[in-house]
Amino acid sequence: MNQVVHNKLKKGMKITLHIWRQKSAKSAGDFEKYIVENVSPDSSFLEMLDQLNEELSESGREPVTFDHDCREGICGSCGMVVNGVPHGPKARTTTCQLHMREYHDGAELWIEPWRATAFPVLKDLLVDRSSFDRIISAGGYVSVNTGSPRDANETPVAKVNADLAFDAATCIGCGACVAACPNASAMLFTSAKVTHLGLLPQGQAERKERALNMVNQMESEGFGGCTNHGECEAACPKGIRLDFIARMNRDFISASIG
Amino acid sequence: MELRSNAPSGPIETAWDRHRFDMKLVNPANKRKFSVLVVGTGLAGASASATMAELGYNVKAFCYQDSPRRAHSIAAQGGINAAKNYQGDGDSVYRLFYDTVKGGDFRSRERNVYRLAQVSVNIIDQAVAQGVPFARDYGGLLDNRSFGGAQVSRTFYARGQTGQQLLLGAYQALQRQINAGTVEMNTRSEMMDLIVVDGRARGIIVRNMVTGELETHMADAVVLASGGYGNVFYLSTNAMGCNVMAAWRAHRRGALFANPCYTQIHPTCIPVSGEHQSKLTLMSESLRNDGRVWVPKNEEDCQKDPSSIPESDRDYYLERKYPAFGNLVPRDIASRSAKEACDEGRGVGPEVGGNRLGVFLDFKDAINRLGEDAISARYGNLFEMYERITDESPYKTPMRIYPAIHYTMGGLWVDYNLQSNIPGLFVIGEANFSDHGANRLGASALMQGLADGYFVLPSTIGNYFGSEGADIKRVDVSADSDAAKEAKNAVNERVDKLMSIKGDRSPDSFHRELGKICWDHCGMARNREGLTEAIGQIQNLRDEFWQNLRVLGDRDTLNQSLEKAGRVADFLEFGELMVRDALDREESCGGHFREEHRTEEGEAKRNDENYAYVAAWEFNGAGETPTLHKEVLDFEYVKLTQRSYK
Repeated sequence: MNQVVHNKLKKGMKITLHIWRQKSAKSAGDFEKYIVENVSPDSSFLEMLDQLNEELSESGREPVTFDHDCREGICGSCGMVVNGVPHGPKARTTTCQLHMREYHDGAELWIEPWRATAFPVLKDLLVDRSSFDRIISAGGYVSVNTGSPRDANETPVAKVNADLAFDAATCIGCGACVAACPNASAMLFTSAKVTHLGLLPQGQAERKERALNMVNQMESEGFGGCTNHGECEAACPKGIRLDFIARMNRDFISASIG
Repeated sequence: MELRSNAPSGPIETAWDRHRFDMKLVNPANKRKFSVLVVGTGLAGASASATMAELGYNVKAFCYQDSPRRAHSIAAQGGINAAKNYQGDGDSVYRLFYDTVKGGDFRSRERNVYRLAQVSVNIIDQAVAQGVPFARDYGGLLDNRSFGGAQVSRTFYARGQTGQQLLLGAYQALQRQINAGTVEMNTRSEMMDLIVVDGRARGIIVRNMVTGELETHMADAVVLASGGYGNVFYLSTNAMGCNVMAAWRAHRRGALFANPCYTQIHPTCIPVSGEHQSKLTLMSESLRNDGRVWVPKNEEDCQKDPSSIPESDRDYYLERKYPAFGNLVPRDIASRSAKEACDEGRGVGPEVGGNRLGVFLDFKDAINRLGEDAISARYGNLFEMYERITDESPYKTPMRIYPAIHYTMGGLWVDYNLQSNIPGLFVIGEANFSDHGANRLGASALMQGLADGYFVLPSTIGNYFGSEGADIKRVDVSADSDAAKEAKNAVNERVDKLMSIKGDRSPDSFHRELGKICWDHCGMARNREGLTEAIGQIQNLRDEFWQNLRVLGDRDTLNQSLEKAGRVADFLEFGELMVRDALDREESCGGHFREEHRTEEGEAKRNDENYAYVAAWEFNGAGETPTLHKEVLDFEYVKLTQRSYK
């Protein structure tokens, strides 16, 4: 079966693209239309953009700027809104892991950057997400210096808690949750870290303060609040769960009332 | 130039402890008078930055990504080794030391490796204290697995995302220091040159990748934690942005580059699917615990549906050639065997560039034996990833795999203190050459990056300040000093030059061509003729690059073509050095396999009499023959033997 498919020459696809082009943070942007032909269905979405960029270069036009690095769905660099959906149509898949076989020959795609006050566009599809780093800086850690901590096995952690903490810790900080949210809220991102550390014995001492400080930082960066749309969970390529927000709210409220 | 390892003599078991006691300390009030620049924020750079800031030094860190959390350490899957012996299966510091020296094919410095094995246990304690969610068993204690053919279970892991979890631990420690004001973080910043004043590393020139501005940063020491050079091959498992620029710029300023020909090829990656391919994806080595590797016995079967090929027509070549280790032979051997099978015309999968480069990794027998659920519990996420990329389900049809460049053991030469031959220039993590010899064992990259960053460098840099602080401080350095201005001008001219060629070819097209030359002639198997040819080809390509490159856009703005062009320019110089080193080393060892040097059975044959040394190269100008310096390796503890996995 698959071998037979391999050996047939796969037909290249023709894709029409409308891509957001914006020269800098200060200039206005607009969609520009491009047509890419002979796209292999086996190429990734970003490889399709590479192909466009190579063609733009050859014809003396400036290539499209977008963030990308690992191209295996773990670094969190890439991300663009494709036809209104962050990271495109495939569930639990980053843009770099999306493949062109998801589309049909002749498809027309609208590609935009993440849109949020706290993620200003720097150029084309590339945005500034340093607000996420500042949220982590506000308390997304255990305050322990490098030195001689106790032996790792002296504190057992119930497997169920360790596993759930891991699930929360798999957030890649891409920002799709913010892009998907009508309020451009960063609650899913923030709650993932609060949940990860709050479930572990090592994170208890700073648990309440952490939730308070991280939420306050999130608000001061210009992210909106959560009104339970659930779009974030649907867009998240790593399956970060909505109930983590409830956990964070519990810690936040308990910290606020002392 | 005499290369001194500066490793302490005496019993190896106490060498690091004695050295730590002998090193000068800097008193807490004086630490804040010293400043350090750290280039790169992966496991090594982030852990070093955080730890030095905790100690009281002033740290400025730099990364090319938009956040330190995105460094490519994040993509490491399998795990991290540590000699904890939690499983009581006979592990010890000495055994981890022994395995690492042997696995490195006896081309590493014993005392460095011993220290690495020693501090491995501290890394796990530190990571757990930070909240790194390692896998645990039902009693709540840490779980371990055996990895890469090791005979003990010493690998700690967090599902298939161990690198991510360890990097986030180090990143969080770093963000904590940024919040405390002890680290100034510079993201989207690329190091373009090293500033050497009075023989000491005192600063760097950085390009702000958003504004295009060139910045001068001066300090009392510079730490390079800028990763490996695997992307010289264009297609590798590295991230797209990984590059050799920081290390190469330091090399051009006098730092010796050691063992560049030691490159590691990982046997289980997803094969190239077409000309569009931009990078390769690794599938964890753990798959070889249950998958069986085979190719058809007959070339005419290679295009058939694998399920239609009867057992009698399949060649399980690893089980046939290496009955003792079978599918679990070390990485270099598994990789070479796959190449041999494909070179014989028995590769499978789509034809790319006239060849079928793939072998089957078959789970059918494991599924029949253990059931689909058990296999899914072990490898579910990997199978999912494979299917996402290839559109084929490994539950139904064998995976196709092929080796790819994955890690580079070579790097800037450093002594026991992780200091290069330029005083004040320290190199940590994959960027240095130090601990893995000619071949790295699985789950040891994370260990070395964090050992260097959390535990070794923060001590040894203190010794540098403590013993030479007065001399360092005597020389006043500022951005207006001659050396700083000279470096900035040089970078400025280079950027102008890249912008002004206005030829016909994109940086990517040069990179792709360079990668092919390196892969064809300096990949899994090398020979004199091919390497000699490659040197000429790289030189010609480099000449063309400087005449026919086209970079679009402006220099004073965010310009990804310009970033790429600068990196490719350095790969074009570095690639030649790598090939020269491979040509010079007339033996086969670890990841360096010279076809002229093999045993009667076709296995790698070392030449301990003439090549038991570190080859450290001195730069003499682009296109000029570099000068070779040798650091002879002594083996006092581990007896030199021929590796055998038959």
